[in-house]
Amino acid sequence: MQRGSVSILVERCKGCGFCVEFCPTKVLALSSAFNSKGYHPPHMVKPEKCSGCDLCGMYCPDFAIYGWKVTASGS
Amino acid sequence: MSEVLTPVNPVEPFLRAERMPHIWCPGCGIGTTVNSFARALIESKVDLDRVAIVSGIGCTGRVAGYLKLDSFHTTHGRAIPFATGLKLANPALQVVVYSGDGDLFAIGGNHLIHAARRNIDLKVICVNNLIYAMTGGQTAPTTPGAAITTTAPYGVYEPAFNLPALAEAAGASYVARWTTFHVRQMARSMQEVFAKKGFCFIEVLSPCPTLYQRRNKMGDGLDAMKFYKEHSRTRNGAPTGEVGLTRDGEIVVGKFVDRDRPEFRDLMRDRFTHQLGDRYVDDAEMAEHPHCGGEDGA
Repeated sequence: MQRGSVSILVERCKGCGFCVEFCPTKVLALSSAFNSKGYHPPHMVKPEKCSGCDLCGMYCPDFAIYGWKVTASGS
Repeated sequence: MSEVLTPVNPVEPFLRAERMPHIWCPGCGIGTTVNSFARALIESKVDLDRVAIVSGIGCTGRVAGYLKLDSFHTTHGRAIPFATGLKLANPALQVVVYSGDGDLFAIGGNHLIHAARRNIDLKVICVNNLIYAMTGGQTAPTTPGAAITTTAPYGVYEPAFNLPALAEAAGASYVARWTTFHVRQMARSMQEVFAKKGFCFIEVLSPCPTLYQRRNKMGDGLDAMKFYKEHSRTRNGAPTGEVGLTRDGEIVVGKFVDRDRPEFRDLMRDRFTHQLGDRYVDDAEMAEHPHCGGEDGA
């Protein structure tokens, strides 16, 4: 059961790598794809490990990523 | 089925979206401090209509332009005088001065020490990137010894300011230092100062990959963050005289000072009431009934 996920605004990303480095569960990696400015935005490589803690969102200096918690509806 | 609880970035409501992306370099830490500030605004539940952000000039001076709050981008070094005027004219405002080390401690150094001496109720957030970044990497009063800058190609030989010690000695009520690695602690400090009355000072050490680190072969923004992680030590209540920064040494972080001193407006009111008695009307009452707000006010 995935507990959280992240949203990434790829066009805002400047590829600094803060989110990748400081993700507590190492969910993210910089992708090989480019955004329109030529930076490599992050993507989720282990989405099942994401807790939705939003630490990536607190570190991101470009406001390009944020985490959120997933809850099963009806429970 | 899953549902999304917080589908928007918590910082997004505080940003002027039409001004994004911002001009800060890849790996610059100023945006990270803005994240923590947004969390502090949310957690402290302050009335956003009563928050004013005042910035001077410089990379950090751009913060006022990017935050969707009442904000004021002032002349170089004069963020604190403008903020002092705001606070005195409208004491109900939470006035936050958000500026850089060059703006607050070089050209604006005199204003800072006198605001701290008066203990006027301002929340000063100083993003310290150890250099004059926007103007091209000249030596700042905060540049640590032996660092290479455009104006010191053989290394800086003048001693640097120890900002927490300076703020405490001048009379600040609250003094803390964090780095951009300490996002949660920084957010908590920013939240605490909203509840604190008096002059509050938070120094945030931030990477400057383009001008400070590149010239000193210290890597990029991420390398600076790893350096902060490995070399910082939390010492709450540490004597500020011992927390000076060096180029490669330990970074002492924490809340150093949290004390109560009489605030400027309280002192003013006490003095005038003592001297004038009933003839003195507190300007906080007048601020509740603005007398020049009408169309014919001019």
